[in-house]
Order: sequence, then structure tokens, then C-alpha cells
Amino acid sequence: MIEIRGLEKFYGSLQVLKGIDLDVPKGEVLSIVGASGSGKSTLLYCINALEAIQAGSVIVDGIDVHARGTDINALRQKLGMVFQQWNSFPHLTTLQNVALAPQIVKGKSRAESREIAARQLEHVGLGDKFDVYPSALSGGQQQRLAIARALAMEPEYMLFDEATSALDPELVGEVLDTMRLLAEEGMTMICVTHEMSFARDVSDRVAFFHQGVIEEIDTASEIFGSPKSEHLQKFLSKIR
Amino acid sequence: MFDYNFHWRPVLKNLPDLLAAGLTTLQVAVLAMIIGVIVGLGLALIRLHMRGPLRWFASAWVELARNTPALFQLFFFGFGLGALGVHMTPYAIVLSALSFNCAGYLAENFRGGFQAIPDTQIRAARSLGMTAWQTYTRIIIPQVFRIVYHPLTNQMVWAVLISSLGMLVGFRELSGETQALASRTYRIFEYFAVTAVIYYLIVKIILGASRLLAARLFRY
Amino acid sequence: MEPTISFFFDFQLSDLWYLAEAAWRTLLISALSITIGTVLGVVFGWMLFEGRWAAALFLGPLLDVFRSVPLIIQLVLFYNFAPIIGLVLDPFLSGVVILSIYCAALVANVARGGMEAVGPSMRRAARSLGMSYWQDLRHVVLPIGTRAVFPSWVGVALGVMKDSALVSVLGYVELLKASQILITRTQEPLLILTIAGAFYFALSYPISRYAANLEKRWAS
Repeated sequence: MIEIRGLEKFYGSLQVLKGIDLDVPKGEVLSIVGASGSGKSTLLYCINALEAIQAGSVIVDGIDVHARGTDINALRQKLGMVFQQWNSFPHLTTLQNVALAPQIVKGKSRAESREIAARQLEHVGLGDKFDVYPSALSGGQQQRLAIARALAMEPEYMLFDEATSALDPELVGEVLDTMRLLAEEGMTMICVTHEMSFARDVSDRVAFFHQGVIEEIDTASEIFGSPKSEHLQKFLSKIR
Repeated sequence: MFDYNFHWRPVLKNLPDLLAAGLTTLQVAVLAMIIGVIVGLGLALIRLHMRGPLRWFASAWVELARNTPALFQLFFFGFGLGALGVHMTPYAIVLSALSFNCAGYLAENFRGGFQAIPDTQIRAARSLGMTAWQTYTRIIIPQVFRIVYHPLTNQMVWAVLISSLGMLVGFRELSGETQALASRTYRIFEYFAVTAVIYYLIVKIILGASRLLAARLFRY
Repeated sequence: MEPTISFFFDFQLSDLWYLAEAAWRTLLISALSITIGTVLGVVFGWMLFEGRWAAALFLGPLLDVFRSVPLIIQLVLFYNFAPIIGLVLDPFLSGVVILSIYCAALVANVARGGMEAVGPSMRRAARSLGMSYWQDLRHVVLPIGTRAVFPSWVGVALGVMKDSALVSVLGYVELLKASQILITRTQEPLLILTIAGAFYFALSYPISRYAANLEKRWAS
């Protein structure tokens, strides 16, 4: 379970998160929607401590992420992350991309790491691409590679930061399908997304971000069916 | 006008000595490059990540190495340090001056290389639970290495070329050996012509080896 | 000459003047060589760019030799070769000849790069406006190409300026040779080397910074 309490985040004097309270229980798929610059992505970075926070707390399975003395590298193994810019490691083959972290972070043997990598690549539909370098993959394939890479650490939560925003339209589908598959398998997911159909069809709950606060959070059908706040209504009318 | 008689035989008789000296040249250049890479990497990281005296020191090193003649640097490690009571052998003088020079130039190459790697690569690695050290050694440096590979090769060639200044401080690398042999026989032109050919071949071998290595190393 | 005790003067004001004169000679030989070398280099670069078989077969490899043999060896070779073919050149002229060719060999590559930086589509556009070959070269290729490689050219020019120190091996008393002479006489290597180094640095550093800034500004 991820528990976020009174989270505040500043860049210099600019406050991007203004007191976030949010619980994400195991097994839930939560989508976060909202205009660009509303602080959605920053929240994800605060959950796995890629960004420091100025007030409040993030507790993952009872461990305070930002507390002094927390082994953040151990904690991050629980929190898989997929980025907007897929960030495949260009100097490693597809298989090596996925096998590296299990080997050097988890200390698994080389053979076992490769086995895990192969399994995860099959999982995301890249079973025939083990020995190619990322430069030979399409954006969608690279993004699925990034998902496999995160899954190879056997995370308990997956954080998706606008995983499809940088993709050409015709490649969005394959990545969303992979995310859907994960959701069906019961993975706990927090997805910052601009794909409203994904948010509506796949998520258990949807949170609407507006200027650094969660203005509305509810089931997908409530958020899309009967939005209460004025900003959300405006946001949805612009999307459609 | 062409009444000069070329005498190549004494030179060819001494060819083994010249080739042996060529190996000394190669050796000192390779050592200077190894030191230069390690120190240059350190200087680059200091300039990228630190403030204060250490950073000034690194910047001064880089700028002095790049903005003064290599011969000046050689004199400094020879006469200059001598005045401070540090007396080194010709070999040590050439090696330290060459290393100083290589480190300075390579530091700038490394700095450019690090700056060319997007921050998001670091984020991706850290999000997988890699430590800062693992991120650097497994993700960043291999990519930087590819970016600086070509400049690194050029610097290696440059190290061979400026090691020839060793003859001015009495070091018997290829040029120094040539000078010593030539002054014995007064066949200066012949000796230096053969030496020029040897330098040319050394440079070509380095470039060829570098190209072969690159084909094996960088398949992406 | 036997050094007697009377030779160990301390550094005097007249010595500073001596160094200043030598610095002037460094500037003179550098400026002359860079000018000639740049003109030649641009012509060579254009020939390589046009890629006629003669240029590719002969000029390219020939220029490559000057980049693959240490400058000091080139200087010694030429200085000893000139009398063989009946040329009597003083150290200054020998230095200018070799430094110019050396500079031209480096500039040729830079210049070719600049001309290649002007894409064929832009040249087709120019020709489609009815410009002749030479008009296209003069009004399109040169201005755009110059902008693309000006910072690299500055690097080459500064390199030649620093490498001009090597003409000292022929006995030409430029800044470093003068420093060496003064060091032998006054036994004050640190002071004298500092002055010499400061001169090179004061010349090279601002110009290289200026070029780096230009590069950054033009890149964005």
C-alpha cells in the first residue's frame, strides 16, 4: 500500500505540489489525469524519490520513502517506473537492457538474469528481439522494452509517467495493450496519462490534478460520467 | 645542384635500434594515455559536479594544458620542477608532461561526453534501484566512452607525435635515439627521413587498430 | 662557452625586454604561417571537396603525412633537406615554410568539412537561381561553410601558434628558445617559465573562449 500524506514539493519558490493526500491499496489501478504542468508527473517522481520533497511523507508498505536512513535502492526495486521518453540503454541489447538490473541490483546469477529477461520480453511481445539494439526498435517497441525492464525487478507497484505521450499515434495501441495486460494480471499501477479511454476502461479510480492539488478523485465512471468540479468539467469538455 | 650523396646503409644498419626506440615512444604514449584517461575523467567529474578550490584546481589544469605549448609543459616538468628540487629522469619528465597534457585535453572531451548523456538515463537507471556508482559505471560511462572514442584515438596519435619532444630533454625515444645516432654519423637527413616513416607507420597502426576495435566494441 | 660565476646574474629588466622581443618573433612567425597556411588550406580543402581523382589519390595522402609525422621531425628534415637541393634558408624561413604546410594540412580538413556542411539542396537552390559555379561558391558555400567551421579553424590556428615553439630546434629565437637561453644564464627557471607561459596563455585562452562561445551561440 502506498500512503501519501500532506506532500509538498517546490522547485525553488515555485510550489508544484500543494499538499497531496492519497492512498493506493494493493491491486488498484489508479489513473492520474489533468492539464500539463499540474504536477502529475512530479508526484510519481516523489513516490520513488527521484525528486526530494519539502513537506509531508510517502509511505510504501510501511517504509517512509524520504526518511533519512531508508535504503532507497532497495525500495525502488518495489517501484517499477516507465518514462515518457522510454530511456532504453542504447549501448545494451534488448536482452541486456532487461537483464542488467536483476544481475547487478538483485545479485542474481547471469544465467538467471537472462532467463528472467527473456521471460519478461516474451511477456511484452518482444520475444523475437533479444539480440537487437534499441536503435533498431520502434518507439512502441522501446516502450514495451522499458516495461519489461521494470517488470524484471519483480516490482509490486508500477508507475507510468505518460508512457504513450511521446509515441506516434499508430504505436500507442500496442503499449496500452501491454499496460492493460498488466492491469488484468493484478498489478498495482499508478498511471499518469492523457489517454482518457485507457483511464476510463482500465482504472479502478481516476484522480484529477489541478494546479498542484488533487481536485477530484473517484471511480472512473463517476469522474467521466458526473464530474463535480468546474475545472474537471472544463478539462473533460476540452479533451472530447 | 643535386650533388649530395644519400647514404642509407648506416641508417638501415641501425634500424633495429630505431624500431626499439619506436617501441619506447609507443610505450610512453600508451602510459600517458592511461594516466590521462583516469586523471582526465576525474578532472571532468570535478568540473561537472563540484564547487570551490578543487574545481578551480581542475579548471586551471585543463586550461593550462590546452592553452600553452606542449614544449612549454615539457620545460616546466624539466627545468621548472628542477628548480623546486624535484629532479626527474628524462623518461619521467616526458611521461609526466605528456600525461598532464593528455589529461587536460581528455577532460574536456569527457566533459562534453557527460553533458551529451540525457539526465533521463540516470533517472531510468536509478528507478531500477541501481546505486549512483552502478549508474555511472554500467550506464553512463559506457555511453560516454563511445562519444569520446574518436577524440580519444586522436589524442593517442597526438601523444605519439608530441612524445618526440623528448629529444629536447635527452630522452631516448624514437626522436631522441635518431638524434643521437644522426649526430654520430652526420647523416641527419637520412636518419630523420627513416624516423618520419616509422612515425607515419606507428600513427597508421594506431588508427587502424582503433578502427578494428571500434567495429568490435560498438555494434549499436 | 664555460659558464663563469659572472654569468649568474639575477633576472633583470633587460631580460624582460629580451623576452618581449622573442614573444614578438613568436607572434610574427605564427601570424605569417597561419595566414599562408589558411589560404593554402582552403584551396586544398576545396580540391579535396571537389574530389577529383588526382586530389583524392595524391593530395589527400600527402597532406595526411604532415598530420602523421611530428612537427619537430618535419622541421629538422626540411632544414637539412633544403641545402641538398641548393636552397639556403635561414631558420625563420624554414620555420615559415614547414609551419605553413603543416597549418595548410590541418586547415584543408577543416575547410573541406565546412564545404560539406553546406548541403546539396542549398547548392541546387543557388544554382537554380542562375548562379554560376563560382557565384555559388563565393556567395553561398563560403559564407555558410565558414560559419560552420570557424571555431575549428580558431582551434587549428591556436594550435599552430603554440606549435611554433618548435621552430626553436632550428635555432630561431622565439619565446621558448629565449626562455631557455635566459634560464641557462640566470638559473631562474620558474620565474622565466611563468612569464613565457603567461604570454601563451594570455593569447590562447581568451581566443579559445571566444571561439567556444561562438560555437555555442551558433549551435542553438
